[in-house]
Amino acid sequence: MIGGLDFTVIRDNLSYFFIGRFPRGPLGGVGLTLYLAVVSLILSFLGGLFLGLLSVSRNRLIKWGSTTIIQTIRGMPLLMVIFWMFFLLPALLGGGLSASWTIIAALTLFTSSYMSEIVRAGILGIPKGQMEAAISTGLSHKQAMFHIILPQALRNMIPSFVNQFVSMIKDTSLAFIVGVSELTHVATQMNNRTMLYPTEIFLFIAVIYFIMCFAFTELSRWLERRSAWRKSI
Amino acid sequence: MNYRFDWAIVTSGKYFDWLASGLYVTIKLSVVSIALSFLVGLVIAMMRMSHVRPVRWFAHGYLEFFRNTPLLVQIFFWYFGSYKILPQAVNDWLVAQDFEFAAAVIALTIYTSAFIAEDIRSGVRSIPKEQMEAARSSGFSYVRSMRYIILPQAVRLTIPPLINQFLNLMKNSSLAMTIGVAELMYQARQVESYTFKGFEAFSAATIVYLALSFLITGLMTLYDKKVLQPMKGH
Repeated sequence: MIGGLDFTVIRDNLSYFFIGRFPRGPLGGVGLTLYLAVVSLILSFLGGLFLGLLSVSRNRLIKWGSTTIIQTIRGMPLLMVIFWMFFLLPALLGGGLSASWTIIAALTLFTSSYMSEIVRAGILGIPKGQMEAAISTGLSHKQAMFHIILPQALRNMIPSFVNQFVSMIKDTSLAFIVGVSELTHVATQMNNRTMLYPTEIFLFIAVIYFIMCFAFTELSRWLERRSAWRKSI
Repeated sequence: MNYRFDWAIVTSGKYFDWLASGLYVTIKLSVVSIALSFLVGLVIAMMRMSHVRPVRWFAHGYLEFFRNTPLLVQIFFWYFGSYKILPQAVNDWLVAQDFEFAAAVIALTIYTSAFIAEDIRSGVRSIPKEQMEAARSSGFSYVRSMRYIILPQAVRLTIPPLINQFLNLMKNSSLAMTIGVAELMYQARQVESYTFKGFEAFSAATIVYLALSFLITGLMTLYDKKVLQPMKGH
C-alpha cells in the first residue's frame, strides 16, 4: 500500500501486462505495443521517404498531388484515419485484414505524412550548390538525389525519426479503440475485471509508457547534440 | 459495389443536428482546454526557468512525464482513477459538473501545457540575454523585467507554435469520445451505428475537421506574414 493505493493487482498480473496470454495465446501488452510501433515505424519510414521525394518532385502534378494527400492526412485526427481504414480497407480488399494489420496500415499512413515533411525539410536543407555540382559532374538528377543529396539529408534526419518513434509508441494506444490487445487495451480489460483499482492500473501503464518513450527522447537528444558537435568542427 | 449513397442524412434533419452539436462540443472542448493549457504552460515555463532548484526540477519532471505518456492513457487516468488521488471536495464538485467533459479538459490541458511550456521557454530563450541585463540594471526586479520586457516579446514569437498546439489539441480532442464526451467524432460514430451510413457520416466529420485545420493553418500563415516578418525586418 502506497498512499492508499494497492498495487497487488499489478504484481499479480505482471506477465499479462507485459506479454498478454503469450506463449499460450497471442502476444499482448507491452510486447504487442512495441511490435506495432516497430512495424509501423519501418513502414512509415519507407512511406515517408516515398511521399517526401514525391513532394520535392520537379513535376508539378506529382508535387501538388502528393502535397494534397499529405496535408489532408495531417489535417485529420489519427482516430479518424483509423476509422476510415476500418471502413474502407475491407471494402477495397474484400475483407480479410486482421485488426492489428488495419491499425498498422492506419498508423503507417498517418505517420508517413508527418515523416514526409521531415524528409522534405531534410532534402531542402542541403545547400543547392551540391545538386548543381553533382549534375555538372555528369550525374543525372535522379542519381544525384540518391547518391549525393539523400544520404546526407537522411543523416540529419535521424533525431527527428527517433522523435517520431516516440510519437508512434504513444499513438499505438489508440489501437485500444478497435480491440487490439496492446498495453492500453490490456489495462482497460484489467480495469473492467477488477473494478477497484483504476488509479493503480492507469498509473502503472503511464509509467511503463513513460519509461519507453523517455528512453527514446533521451536518445534523440543525444543524437542531436552529437550531430551539432560534428557540424561545428 | 452495391452500396447506396444517401448524402441527405448528413446534410439535414436529425443526424445533421447530431453532427452540428458534436462540432459545437469539439469547439467548446478545444477553446476551454487551450486557454487553460496556455495559463498552465506559462506557469510551468516560468518554473522551469526558476533559480530555485526544486521548483525547476518539479517543472522538468512535469514536462517529461506528461509529454512521454499517451494522451489516451491520461484521459483514462483522470476519468477512471482520479477519485483516489483528488480530495473528496474536488471530486464531488467535478461529479456535479459534466464529469466526462471535465476529465477530458483536465487531460487535454495537462498534456498540451507540457508542450506549450517548452514552446514558451524557447521563445524566451530567443530574446537576447542583454535585454534582461539592461532591464535589471535600469532598476527593474527580475519578475518585473520578465513581465514587462521579456515576456511580451517572447509571447509574440511563441504564437505560431501556440497556434500549432491549438491545431493538435483540436485533433486530439477526438479522443474524448472514448469516455463518452459527445464531440464530433462521437456523433459521427453515433450516426454510423444508427443508419449504417458510415461513409457519409465519416466523410462529413472529415470535411469538418479539415475545414477547422485549414482555418487554423491559414491564421498562422497570416500572422507570420503580417506580424512576424515585418518584426524581423523582412
